[in-house]
Amino acid sequence: MVQQSIGERVLRKEDLRFITGKGNYTDDINLPGQAYACFVRSPVAHASINSLDISAAAGADGVIAVLTGQQVAEDNLGSLPCGWMVHSKDGSEMKQPFHPVLATDKINYVGEPVAVVVAETYLAAKNASELVEVDYEEIEAVVDISSAQSAADIYPEVPGNTVYQWELGEKADTEKAISQAAHVTRISLTNNRLIPNAIEPRAAIADYNTGTQDLTLYTTSQNPGLARLILTAFVQIAPEHKLRIIAPDVGGGFGSKIFVYSEETALAWASMKLGIPIKWTAERSESFLADAHGRDHVTEVELAMDDEGHFLGLHVKTIANMGAYLSTFASAVPTYLYGTLLAGQYKTPNIYVEVDAVVTNTAPVDAYRGAGRPEAAYLLERIVEIAAREMNLDPVEIRRRNFIQPADFPYQTPVALEYDSGDYEASLNKALEMADYAGFAERKEEAASRGNKRGIGFSCYIEACGLAPSQVAGSLGAGVGLWESGEVRVNPTGTVTVLTGSHSHGQGHETTFAQLVASKFGISVDDVEVVHGDTGKLDFGMGTYGSRSLAVGGSALSKAADKVIAKGKKIAAHMLESDVENIDFEDGEFKVRESNQSKTFQEIAFAAYVPHDYPLEELEPGLSEKAFYDPENFTFPAGAHICEVEIDPDTGVVDIVKFTAVDDFGTIINPMIVEGQVHGGIAQGIGQALLEQCVYDETGQLLTGSYMDYCMPRADDLPNFDVGMTCTPCTHNPVGAKGCGEAGAIGSPPAVINAITDALGVMEIEMPATSERVWRAMQQAGGA
Amino acid sequence: MYDFNYHKPQTVKDALSLFKEADDGIYLAGGHTLIPAMKVRLRAPTDVIDLSGVDGLIGIREESGALVIGALTTHDTVATSEVVARAIPALNSLAASIGDAQVRNRGTIGGSVANNDPAADYPAGVLALGATIKTDRREISASEFFTAMFETALEEDELIQSISFPIVESAAYIKFPNPASRYATVGVFISRHGGQVSVAITGAAATVFRCPEMEQALSDNFAEVALDSIQLNADDMNSDMHASAEYRAHLCVVMAKRAVASMS
Repeated sequence: MVQQSIGERVLRKEDLRFITGKGNYTDDINLPGQAYACFVRSPVAHASINSLDISAAAGADGVIAVLTGQQVAEDNLGSLPCGWMVHSKDGSEMKQPFHPVLATDKINYVGEPVAVVVAETYLAAKNASELVEVDYEEIEAVVDISSAQSAADIYPEVPGNTVYQWELGEKADTEKAISQAAHVTRISLTNNRLIPNAIEPRAAIADYNTGTQDLTLYTTSQNPGLARLILTAFVQIAPEHKLRIIAPDVGGGFGSKIFVYSEETALAWASMKLGIPIKWTAERSESFLADAHGRDHVTEVELAMDDEGHFLGLHVKTIANMGAYLSTFASAVPTYLYGTLLAGQYKTPNIYVEVDAVVTNTAPVDAYRGAGRPEAAYLLERIVEIAAREMNLDPVEIRRRNFIQPADFPYQTPVALEYDSGDYEASLNKALEMADYAGFAERKEEAASRGNKRGIGFSCYIEACGLAPSQVAGSLGAGVGLWESGEVRVNPTGTVTVLTGSHSHGQGHETTFAQLVASKFGISVDDVEVVHGDTGKLDFGMGTYGSRSLAVGGSALSKAADKVIAKGKKIAAHMLESDVENIDFEDGEFKVRESNQSKTFQEIAFAAYVPHDYPLEELEPGLSEKAFYDPENFTFPAGAHICEVEIDPDTGVVDIVKFTAVDDFGTIINPMIVEGQVHGGIAQGIGQALLEQCVYDETGQLLTGSYMDYCMPRADDLPNFDVGMTCTPCTHNPVGAKGCGEAGAIGSPPAVINAITDALGVMEIEMPATSERVWRAMQQAGGA
Repeated sequence: MYDFNYHKPQTVKDALSLFKEADDGIYLAGGHTLIPAMKVRLRAPTDVIDLSGVDGLIGIREESGALVIGALTTHDTVATSEVVARAIPALNSLAASIGDAQVRNRGTIGGSVANNDPAADYPAGVLALGATIKTDRREISASEFFTAMFETALEEDELIQSISFPIVESAAYIKFPNPASRYATVGVFISRHGGQVSVAITGAAATVFRCPEMEQALSDNFAEVALDSIQLNADDMNSDMHASAEYRAHLCVVMAKRAVASMS
């Protein structure tokens, strides 16, 4: 038996099926008699619908039905809800436009679905979709985020196109700190809008059984339990116990598959209406148009310091683009996942943040890898870098002077969060060593001798993960709890089936969770099977986002495993004729203390199911335990990223020549998987910093609607990453884990931009720092 | 993709007659422009005439001072050809810079040249080298061939059979790829023969063009410094979200200098 412990680089159990084409994705599933759906989407961004004529489409070859928003409305389906109520400064509730499953009389973004054609084949559905005649009367589109609040209202119920005007922190104290400070650094910046681009597009099959009245929805979801709750309690598609959601293998999400969208909802409704299974797989063009996008902030920041560079006050004013509708968690992203992170790793005593959320005629914007925290880290690490330059301080030194120190934990920030643990200087020191900061000046000189400009940039980020303590979240407006469920079923032979409410769509849970449980029981990872993604098999669970799976879902499994061990001890005490207090469990054996008497884990499991020698009068047979874990606090992964670039002065092309990341994720179960998560996150962060930009023109047409124009990072755009770890375990969850999924995307963008501005000797450059932007910055600086 | 009739003729003559008979026919070479456009329903030909079965359209040979490349020769074949490497190695590197391995294994020189995408690589080489485009009915000189964006001197049904490149003393192609599509944001092909220098630029304007200012300067002094004072007029350049006209004008000179450097 191979026992693999926590901290070992166990190869991923799921990879055999993925790399041999044996995965089971939604589009791989085909049901007898299934029909296919194709959505009719608006080609314009903002319009009234004068008329909608489906007659030609409905009569086309192979067409089963053409369903419209009017029929959705007649069936009284609810608005697709936003699950987080945010209140404005004046106490008023955020303004939410009604988000119809299919548009009825008004279009609010390009790509918004107005009808769905159901046909015998996808080709027939698609051909017929072109026969649906819609008379759009165009209205001037609101696209620009900065002027959205002064543009004509898109919705009468959202005056000034303003969803909320939120604030956090002490305004008067912060203003006072800024007005009295020896030095104030001020910047304006944009956090560029991104399109998620999971490798597997969204897909669904809805299957309504007219006999049992059960509705099964196979779909690409990061959180099938949450999707079921929203579709039943809010949209009222079906009663909760009659809806089963199966999210099988899912090829990446990055947040975009958290949300409940029009298409999957329409499919479920249409299947019930027509009594047949219906399938839809998004084309890549549809993903660009209609997956929720990410980021999209414009921000002004002021940082006040004393004459030694100690931070005294931080004032942040942000306008956040929500797009045309409030997607599932959209309202929380630029508020509770953003404003609360603005202390960063620093002891800034006064912080005040104001966020205006606006609607525009663009696709909805919601959580995307990092969700609010990259935006916070970006502005903070940019202004800290600029402050250092203005104060003539080394960028490392200014950070050291302001770090929260290990002795300060638990540390209460001025923006609501209480950090439990961390050692920021330790991560930075390790990163400085790995990056050979001491040798940078020499490398810069050598690059200059080749005619290149070399720069170095730092980023000391923090994030809040492990979402979330339910009561805290509830008090802040969350419409759901944020615990996680877990079940550990020990089978009679001692193998284990683990069921989790978390969902793996690339993160490797089937290995990490197996490793966690196997090490608890002293058994082989191969003897543990992880089941997830099916509400018909699992308890209600909250799913995977916010780097929460191990910290919250893993903690639930840890607690369930502890219950198994506690029960196992009772069984062992009976079998070994001892008291339960005298039974120890270690290395897979229940032992009577100070004796050579023991029973293996497998023997106890067998006894639990074949209870011939068993305390039946006081103990039920079986060995299967559940736990629901609600975290006491958020977790606070943090780290230091150092980026080194060389810039070609003739073209402005940026080459990342060295990238170092040292992260503190608390306890690590599988370093190989964690490093993979960090690599992917950094790749996305570098994509944001250098390459990716979602562009709408002034009429609301998406210009970056394919890979010809939307620039995803490729392998040859990226350097070799030097990844290191430090560890201060989370103090309040049983695993000690903090979460690692988003860190790379949070920490890396400011490090890249700081390196570029350092190389160029300029203060600011916008993301993505394209070669032309860099070239223009050099022209302006007179350095080309 | 809409339904269409598929044909796979074996001779040029059959291909031509199939084209004439079709309502809205189109030739299929490598298909790496046509098929994506059909998949997103931007093109809807009634008849697709696949040329891959036509004899004599594939191959590379040296023939009386010229390098002759058959129209259906793939980019990968050109990129890795030893005949090309001996004759005009700049065409190896041009072909190797197109798209990715999958594209290079399907895309063809004839397809690229006939399509005349303003950001395609081959037109720069064809124009700078003063190639001759041999069709089923005539020979067209490169200077007459590329007429406008996505337009050429080809008649509607006319088929390219081969392209003949005069072998020059030296040549180079340097491109600045669009980071998303990896087409040429700017691509500069320079050829030098008998004291004559030709410079053709793709990606920068509506269609590939020769650059007389650079040609004159380099004919006088074939060195990077000769281009120091060249400033191309940005008014004639493309401008899009990836690169402004001004930046493209600047890149033309930078890429030209790099081409010169690689030839020196």
